[in-house]
Amino acid sequence: MSDIILKIEQVSKRYAKHQALKEVSIEVPKGCIYGLLGPNGAGKTTLIRIINQIISRDSGNILFDGEPLAPIHIQQVGYLPEERGLYKKMKVAEQLMYLAQLKGLSAAESKKRIKYWFDKFEVASWWKKNIEDLSKGMQQKIQFIATVLHEPKFIILDEPFSGFDPVNANLIKDEILALRDQGATILFSTHRMESVEELCEYITLIHKSEKVLDGKARDIKQQFKQNIFEVEYEGSLDVLKDHLEIIDESIVEGSLKHAYLRPHSNLPPNELIATLLPHVQIRSFQEKIPSINDIFIQIVTQTHPQESIEALT
Amino acid sequence: MKKIFLILRREYLVRVKKKSFIIMTFLTPLLFAGLMIGSAWLATSSGLKEDKVIRVLDKSDLFVDQLENSSNITYTYIEGTYQEAKKAFEKSDDFALLYIPDINAGDPSGIKLLGRKSISVDVQLTIEKKLKRRVEDIRLLEAGIDKEVLAETRVNVDIDTKVLGDETGEEKDSSSMAVYIIGFGAAFLIYMSVFIYGVQVMRGVIEEKTNRIVEVIISSVKPIELMLGKITGVALVGLTQFLLWIVLTLVLASAGGSLLGLERSAHQAPIGRMQNVNQIEREQAPMEVLATPKPAEENDQSNKIAKVFNAFSTLNYPLIVGAFLFYFVFGYLLYSAMFAAVGSAGDSETDAQQFTFPVSIPLILSFVMAQFVINEPDGVVAFWGSMIPFTSPIIMMLRIPYGVPAWQLALSMASLVLGFVLMAWLASRIYRVGILMYGKKITYKELGKWLFTKN
Repeated sequence: MSDIILKIEQVSKRYAKHQALKEVSIEVPKGCIYGLLGPNGAGKTTLIRIINQIISRDSGNILFDGEPLAPIHIQQVGYLPEERGLYKKMKVAEQLMYLAQLKGLSAAESKKRIKYWFDKFEVASWWKKNIEDLSKGMQQKIQFIATVLHEPKFIILDEPFSGFDPVNANLIKDEILALRDQGATILFSTHRMESVEELCEYITLIHKSEKVLDGKARDIKQQFKQNIFEVEYEGSLDVLKDHLEIIDESIVEGSLKHAYLRPHSNLPPNELIATLLPHVQIRSFQEKIPSINDIFIQIVTQTHPQESIEALT
Repeated sequence: MKKIFLILRREYLVRVKKKSFIIMTFLTPLLFAGLMIGSAWLATSSGLKEDKVIRVLDKSDLFVDQLENSSNITYTYIEGTYQEAKKAFEKSDDFALLYIPDINAGDPSGIKLLGRKSISVDVQLTIEKKLKRRVEDIRLLEAGIDKEVLAETRVNVDIDTKVLGDETGEEKDSSSMAVYIIGFGAAFLIYMSVFIYGVQVMRGVIEEKTNRIVEVIISSVKPIELMLGKITGVALVGLTQFLLWIVLTLVLASAGGSLLGLERSAHQAPIGRMQNVNQIEREQAPMEVLATPKPAEENDQSNKIAKVFNAFSTLNYPLIVGAFLFYFVFGYLLYSAMFAAVGSAGDSETDAQQFTFPVSIPLILSFVMAQFVINEPDGVVAFWGSMIPFTSPIIMMLRIPYGVPAWQLALSMASLVLGFVLMAWLASRIYRVGILMYGKKITYKELGKWLFTKN
């Protein structure tokens, strides 16, 4: 038993004319929420399908909980694909029973767990409804239940929040956090950076079939910070122009101004404040940490500006 | 294996619980039973036919008392002139007036049949036939041919087709009619059901693909397991439907039959003995033939029916039913594997359509060849047609009632099973790629590539 639940080593996959994955290596620690980021067509879905053993890899190794990935691990993985759907003409409970049994649960056990989740989501009245009679959001909830019903150790969520209103998105978010607290590991693939910011402890950025970045989200942010500070102040900073660059200076209200400062030398924050103090009245001061979104866009546009921005929108 | 069973069970239950399945399953036997009872009723009772009285005004005196009453036509002979008879007829309720002018057998022209309503062809033919026979008799008598000689000339030729039993050398009754009906019926049923249930498989695959549920499922089971589970599930639906149809039709038909009363059974009982009875009658015939020409003819008709019935009863039913189930199941499996592959290749049913026709060509072709095969059940075409898996389910079913050597049957079955295994493997190679492929126009070249791509 290791602390790494999923270890992907040098995995490559090639379709006829297209290299979908090129020597990608990832380590997912146990009990965390791991963000898998990348523009459309980067190879995220291919990687997820390889982990799910839907398709095979051309080369490379995958270890699941220390063992080489094998069909037996399917029961310990829950998968919510981006393109999702259920049998329209099947009753909600029957459908969930079916999917749970395919994952190896007994009929009695799956019934018990469906009841538990239905009570939790307050949807007991849906038991005998046909899927097609439910709204899109309701269907998504059912699909989420289907993903976690067999209590998988490892849950793969591909764009889990798409199709949810904010209230239900929050409900799902709380469930994801609860599942993590119970010991499950969650691989979370998305474009929506605000949810990554909120949830993910670790991230990997895949771009053009290759891993371009990975690590703890906090470390990456530190790594990408550009030595920029955000200040609100009264007075003038013009005399300090030799020491720092003033970006986007603007007036907030009356004499109160707002600006980003980039010192020419690598000053620690305290020293920067000391430099400012004689000249202006400081109202607020904060080091500007880049958001995951900023980093994402920065990396993606660096490698291939035009195409990637289109992919993001 | 357990997962295939889960899939099979879902596919089966979802279809069997459908309203359309229940309606079809119960309505079809009702229709069948209705047809059977209806036609039996029409055949056994005079039913809808009303009794008709035909007035005969015979000026020639050739036909008086010579026209035999039949089941629903009664002849009454009248006197007087044509005009008088016409007036009297108009006032009466009788069906028609047959006017025979003063003619001789050499020139029987000018005969009129006058009806209130238009007269059916059936009635006209009956009367024409009777008149014709009478005129022929008179002419032959005038030519000096003795009555007895005349009677002897009236012999029915009836060929008994027999099949030499394989080992015993015993002669068995065979009627080409019976084997034709059985062979053709079985082949047609297989043809229809392969199409109906094959398309159901295709629809199921497309449904899973367009619903996007397929990715969730194949993260739990292998694509080939999903495909096989679906195919076998639908096969069981087909078998269930057949079984229910047979049982319900028999129950309804027998219930309906007993409601109709004893008339039918009383009528049917002699059929089994008819052959012998008829033989005796034929021997006795010379003495009374002129007096009763009609019954002999009727017997002849029943005799034929009896023979077909006899032939039906001599067919090897366990073999035919067993072979039917085998060829239905494996023929269906072979084609539905192809339909599954076809369904996986497109995004919608219209996409799949371009491939369904090429896939069904061998099936259609074998049905088109049916007539040819039946004419020559042991010919070269029939032999090879029943060996090639794509055509054997239909061609072999056509041949079986005619008798097929055991080694040919075994070879054909083996090749069909082998063909299915091979086809299932090929189809699953296309299927596993197809179900995950969206928004791409699929060509034959593409399908060919999928066969060889690694997963």
